[in-house]
Amino acid sequence: MKAVEMHNIVKIYPNGVVANRGVDFEVEEGEIHALVGENGAGKTTLMKILFGIEYPTSGEIRVFGKKVHITNPHVAISLGIGMVHQHFMLVPSLTVAENMILGMEPTKFTSIDYQRAVKMVEEAAEKYGLPVPAKEKVLDLPVGIKQRVEILKALIRGAKILILDEPTAVLTPQETGELFQALRNLAKSGMTIIFISHKLKEVKEISDRLTILRNGKNVGTFVTSEISEEEISRRMVGREVELVIERTESKPRDVVLRVENLEYTREDGVKVLNRISFSVRSGEILGVAGVEGNGQRELVEILTGLRFGAMGKVILNGENITNQPSHILRRKEMAHIPEDRVELGVALKATIAENLISDRYYKDPFCGRMVMKPQKIREFAEQAIKNFNIRADGPDSPVMMLSGGNIQKVLVAREFTSDAKLLIADQPTRGIDVGSTEFVRKKLIEAKDEGVAVLLVSADLQEILQLSDRIIVMYRGEIVGYFPKNEGLTEEELGYYMLGVRRHEESRIKEALIS
Amino acid sequence: MNSVLRGILSTQFVYSILRVSTPLIFATLGALLSDVSGVINIALEGMMLMSAFWGVMVSAWTGSAWMGLLAGVVSSILLALALAYFHLNLKTDLILAGIALNIFSSGFTVSLLFMISGDKGSSASVKSYVLPRLNIPFLGKIPILGDMINNHHVLTYLAFLSVFLVQYLIYKTPLGLKMKAVGENPDAAQSVGVSVIRVKYIALILSGLMAGLGGAFLSMGYVSWFARDMTNGRGFIGLAAQALGGHSAIGGMLGALLFGFAEALSYTLQAIQLPSEITNMLPFIFTIVALIIYARSRLSKLHALR
Amino acid sequence: MNLKRKLLLLETFRTLVTIVIALLIGYIILFFSTDEPLNAFKWFLVGPVSKTRRFVEFLNQTTPLIFTGLAVSIVFQAEIFNIGAEGQMFMGAVGATFAALHFPSVPFLHPILVMIFAMFVGGLWASVPAVMKAKWRASELVSSLMMNYIAFFLGLYIVNYYMRDLRAGYLVSYKYPKTAWLPKLIHIRYNLHIGIAIALGFAILTWFFLYRTKYGYEIRMTGFNRGFAIFSGIKVENVEMYSQIISGMIAGLAGSIEMMGLYRRFVWQVSPGYGFDGIIVALLARNNPLGVIPAALLVGYMRTGAYIMGRLSGVAPEIVKMLQSMIILLITAEAFLGFMRRKIIEKEAMRMESGGA
Repeated sequence: MKAVEMHNIVKIYPNGVVANRGVDFEVEEGEIHALVGENGAGKTTLMKILFGIEYPTSGEIRVFGKKVHITNPHVAISLGIGMVHQHFMLVPSLTVAENMILGMEPTKFTSIDYQRAVKMVEEAAEKYGLPVPAKEKVLDLPVGIKQRVEILKALIRGAKILILDEPTAVLTPQETGELFQALRNLAKSGMTIIFISHKLKEVKEISDRLTILRNGKNVGTFVTSEISEEEISRRMVGREVELVIERTESKPRDVVLRVENLEYTREDGVKVLNRISFSVRSGEILGVAGVEGNGQRELVEILTGLRFGAMGKVILNGENITNQPSHILRRKEMAHIPEDRVELGVALKATIAENLISDRYYKDPFCGRMVMKPQKIREFAEQAIKNFNIRADGPDSPVMMLSGGNIQKVLVAREFTSDAKLLIADQPTRGIDVGSTEFVRKKLIEAKDEGVAVLLVSADLQEILQLSDRIIVMYRGEIVGYFPKNEGLTEEELGYYMLGVRRHEESRIKEALIS
Repeated sequence: MNSVLRGILSTQFVYSILRVSTPLIFATLGALLSDVSGVINIALEGMMLMSAFWGVMVSAWTGSAWMGLLAGVVSSILLALALAYFHLNLKTDLILAGIALNIFSSGFTVSLLFMISGDKGSSASVKSYVLPRLNIPFLGKIPILGDMINNHHVLTYLAFLSVFLVQYLIYKTPLGLKMKAVGENPDAAQSVGVSVIRVKYIALILSGLMAGLGGAFLSMGYVSWFARDMTNGRGFIGLAAQALGGHSAIGGMLGALLFGFAEALSYTLQAIQLPSEITNMLPFIFTIVALIIYARSRLSKLHALR
Repeated sequence: MNLKRKLLLLETFRTLVTIVIALLIGYIILFFSTDEPLNAFKWFLVGPVSKTRRFVEFLNQTTPLIFTGLAVSIVFQAEIFNIGAEGQMFMGAVGATFAALHFPSVPFLHPILVMIFAMFVGGLWASVPAVMKAKWRASELVSSLMMNYIAFFLGLYIVNYYMRDLRAGYLVSYKYPKTAWLPKLIHIRYNLHIGIAIALGFAILTWFFLYRTKYGYEIRMTGFNRGFAIFSGIKVENVEMYSQIISGMIAGLAGSIEMMGLYRRFVWQVSPGYGFDGIIVALLARNNPLGVIPAALLVGYMRTGAYIMGRLSGVAPEIVKMLQSMIILLITAEAFLGFMRRKIIEKEAMRMESGGA
């Protein structure tokens, strides 16, 4: 019996981006089916269509053999489909129980029966072996637990088909192991699981069959055991890719950024950074590894002047810049590739040219004392579009019309042409296609070779290992590991530090701060 | 100055605070119900105005104040539905849609008033009815307090009752939970099959209901006629009071009472021959000052620039 | 035809449809409110061009709308909902009255000083919500509305107690000295004053400011994405301050020109509504200063048509407010005729698919 049949699905988004170009996709009941493909291949869109969040431009869907029109998630849920999204769909200020029963609240007269709600949650947690703290607010939970809540949320609604969108992206290798165990148990009890990923090792480990998407099309469905990682990779990208980037030897010179005993307590009273000390030298890449939510975001925001109230010292080129706002730091030769490119990195409605000059619009050669020079701006933008391979109509088209990878290239083009001495790159390749990823990583190496000091924050361990000269690991707001060289270091090894299982002694961690 | 003090310290002054706060409390609750669901209802002002107008006209036409109240509330809810339709279905900018509906209400009521009564200023020539005051014997027997809280307009009692009903609705019922979820993370609500649009529609209807009650009070209690643009910013003051109270109905009520105090004070000051232009400004200046104090206290806790 | 052109054409079509729908609704309302709807509607439609006097009235109605339209466009470009143009213009007129009555009566210089003072007062009035927003992050929406009420009462108080001409039967100020009158633009019997020329000049100036200076760039980027502006090193608090203050100055200027050009004394007893109509102008113009000119002409035409209709057919001119609100609602409704936009984009995407890939 086929659990899901999707036939000739086409999806065009309102901004003209074509995400699915006639996809056929079938899943057998009770199997774990991996949906693989690089970023932008249309995996998430296809699953959002199945879950009713997006509606297809054309195409046909059958669930357990019956033709259906999934116009909204409510319909999907009643068909027995559940989805765990990449960005958790939880209401932070509500408790786990409240999140869990939202839309199916048990009542006593007219009010919600909280006791029964808590009991329902605890029973479900027991039944599926996924313990969660029912009465706690979601806000305070670690990522791994939040994910459990998400999975339980789907199960408690009677899901028979469970979609997981890149569930391991935010987990450590060890947490991933636990998740896989739970998924296997679910599959054994008859659950159909669709697992979106682009991490081939995990796909090989967990799935029974897999479907590969490329550029919005299905390029093959295989039994997992019958296809090699290399073959999957080749089909995903459509050419032989060697995502092995030649790391050049580092020739570190003077210290550019020096962070001493940085401490920070967030508005909600949580201490998210504790005695952080490290330095970055000209001509090296310092990698910051760690599970998301262990203080990296706050660290970057403080360093780049987007967050204030930190204790300790931040010294840039010998000058104390602690708690200085971004408009001061931008004038001190600091460049920043932010984690959230759409929220911070670009103005979608502005043109490519306007985006490219946002940190230097007031300076020569783009502006006189007050009046801007459109011709100079245009020339610069045309040059950048060429040098950075930005696929666009021209400098005047709005950034909104570009694909994710090209948006990131606009941003990268600006930050790499800013003549900065320090570059803070926060998840610089998240969610972009392989070609763009390769391009950005090569540019980072180039920058380092030119003598820029690079601070690389990434949740992608492969990226960290590939690019960094030295590595620090953050866990619960502290540096718990320091690796002055990365030769011989494995993802598993880093994972133990990221989880807080292992920890270097104080004296070694102190060495991260080189004078 | 002495007479002002005597004015403020009288039981009558407290009585008048409760009276002038009534429409503000309704407006505040209206603002709260929509804000919890993530909708800023700028059109409260227009909704109140519509209700005030139809209350007078229908009560005059049917001879029943209660029919007037019903008509007023219905007209206000219709306007809320229009806001919901434009914002949620046609994707009109929320703030601009609210401004547009306020302009619409102002133009609509003046045009119709002129058509019906031949007067653009007020409905004084139309014989309309007012809703009753309630004399609750056991309240009246309480010394001092009795004079303050007894013998109020029926909608004044309903306003205070509504505060607790709204608080219960938001924090204890399934609808309230859905409203909070939709307001805080609509994607999360949608992902469990809650219809975001439906919840927002309901929230706006409830918001319109509150605004309708507040508007009806103005023309069928506070005074006994309709006057051009008689809401005079009360809908906006309701928004400010809600901002002060956050997502608590009781907090919002306190905010509304604060502005009610300013308004009552302005009447007391008028009695000692202060120019009416000056005293009329008082509630608005009060609102500005309160907004500043509130914003400053909130800001001191924030670290992020965004 | 490329995609951009098609979408622009669609926008124009959408605007036209909106105006037609608004007019249709206007006719329906008239149908119910008068025995001679056709006659009233005729006056509404052709009134402003039926006599030279009325045409001049129409141009004079347009002048303040250009100013307030520009004022609103500037703050809207910064995504700031300061809708205090009404009060800023009112206070500008009060300030102008003070300056006209008390500043030295030097020909030529006098009106310029009056204008500068009115801009100062308008800017000052706008600075209250501006400071509240920039320093303490208080919502400018409510505070600017409150300032409108305060402006109205305070302005009337000042005029009533310090500048009132008691010889007139109603609340007006003393007549301005002749040196503070704006000259006529052309020599005709009717008072077509140079205000409209100043307004057109300001429209061009504002366009240049927004699209060719670094301050304009800052305003637009802050409006597109505030987080991005902060990230890029733009001092958004400053942007939020000066965009609102400049907007207030333009609104204040409108008040002075209205008084010096048209009435030559302070005459308002109700707030004239130009500030709120400025929102409609800005929306029709999509916040583009050059687009403000045709938009203000349209709104000014509607306003004048409504007044003429009111005078000649006895219908309340306030019904025009209903038409205007329909225009706001439909123009900003993204989904209104959205299916056409979707089709155009889908077709384009399909074409790229078959041709490009």
